[in-house]
Amino acid sequence: MTVPVKPLLTVEDLRVTFPTRTGDVQAVRGVSFALGRERLGIVGESGSGKSQTGRAIMGLTPGHARISARKLAFGDRDLLTMPARERRDLRGKKVAMILQDPKYSLNPVMTIGRQIVETLKTHEKISTSAAKARALAMLEAVQISDPERVFSLYPHEVSGGMGQRAMIAMMLVCGPELLIADEPTSALDVTVQLEVLDILDKLVADRGMGLIFISHDLRLVSSFCDRVIVMYAGRIVEELPAANLADAQHPYTRGLLNCLPTIGSDRHPLPVLDRKPEWAL
Amino acid sequence: MTSALSIRDMVVTYDEFAALDHVNFDIGTGESFGIVGESGSGKSTLLRAVSGLASFDQGTLSVNGRPYSGRKRDKEFYRTVQMVFQDPYGSLHPRQTVDRLLLEPLVIHGFTDIETRINRALDEVGLGSGFRFRYSHQLSGGQRQRIAIARALILEPKILLLDEPTSALDASIQAEILNLLEQARRDRNLTFVMVSHDLGVISHMCERLAVMKTGKVVETVPRKALENREFSADYTRQLLVASEGFRRG
Repeated sequence: MTVPVKPLLTVEDLRVTFPTRTGDVQAVRGVSFALGRERLGIVGESGSGKSQTGRAIMGLTPGHARISARKLAFGDRDLLTMPARERRDLRGKKVAMILQDPKYSLNPVMTIGRQIVETLKTHEKISTSAAKARALAMLEAVQISDPERVFSLYPHEVSGGMGQRAMIAMMLVCGPELLIADEPTSALDVTVQLEVLDILDKLVADRGMGLIFISHDLRLVSSFCDRVIVMYAGRIVEELPAANLADAQHPYTRGLLNCLPTIGSDRHPLPVLDRKPEWAL
Repeated sequence: MTSALSIRDMVVTYDEFAALDHVNFDIGTGESFGIVGESGSGKSTLLRAVSGLASFDQGTLSVNGRPYSGRKRDKEFYRTVQMVFQDPYGSLHPRQTVDRLLLEPLVIHGFTDIETRINRALDEVGLGSGFRFRYSHQLSGGQRQRIAIARALILEPKILLLDEPTSALDASIQAEILNLLEQARRDRNLTFVMVSHDLGVISHMCERLAVMKTGKVVETVPRKALENREFSADYTRQLLVASEGFRRG
């Protein structure tokens, strides 16, 4: 993968702080990276700040939280100073996000088709019939064999895997340049996970999007992405090409790799992570 | 090897839908038995039917040679069989302290040395008595699951039913809980029936495993067969491939 001249997304010293009764909690503490048209994985355990990083880029941080950064730019456009209106135009059109569980992130009282059409009509001047045709084509692109039927179904009427495909369709229908996928397959069955990842992989490659893949599953991320960022306690502890995962230096990354039970390895007891306080400094 | 748990032709139906369709298992005393399958395969229904949380419509269940019906179970049954649930956030009473949570089973079963048992149970799961008067919202996911395990073990059961005990936890915490469960099993010669969708976890914990799909048992194989890929069902192979991660095709 060649490094593009101008990165798609630049993040420098991103901080997300939540004020609480007992003082400020820093969920993200100085995260910096640049993303080209590549697949970047962000890995960490719960509370490591990986999701808040994705949400800050998307502009979905809760209102009471404070965001600060030296630079947070999408192409040339500064996301920090951008008015909310422009940010809304960007969101869904240029930057899109796939969430973990289709059960909770699709609108339960709107058919899948209408939700996709709504996305299109928000961002483009398009007739209803043209929007419907685009939505159907998109449902077909995520390998839904009977798009007409799924178009008129409500989210509760489809399986998890089908719901996640519908969400991918909804997010990609406007042709975003950057896609943030926050645990896109964690709520799915293992056998369905691979199908959904396969669809996502092909679409990202065909459309030349930048992808940020957020997950707690280090192995999955490394098999899917070009580059992996490992986060711990709100900071990046290690960044490495996915292919060189075995050469990870940081004890946290190595510990994460090590503590997974695998078929054929007979390790009793499993090695556990010995958390050092200096990792969180 | 005597059978700790014997299930014959068990059927569970919801309206017309057969969630369990003539399932047979024999699990020996001290054995660790795994069940894998995707959602809707009936693996959780099986555990719920065995534990008495759901009733079964047909078939027989016997525990240590004693038969039990689908509906009512006596106290003796619950002394022998205990369960740990998937979601540590949902399985502890939010308005009870840890002390109260652990007290309840002891009172129900008429134990007298309550004080020592609660302290011992907390020590055993590696939490210590400092956690005794906390509420569950003051605990992390891993700590909650430890409390749930303590609550199951406090009655000194012989059989522990584990329904995805680590799938809601981070990988590093998962390793700690799996180690804790193995330790408990060694110390008390427990019989485990463990349900998971993760073949890696099952092959780590269990000597024998059953693969389930749409309410039926596809096949039952020893752990070794999984390592050497000596299984016959195509579905088992699919699960195995899925557990190895994404491959660009």
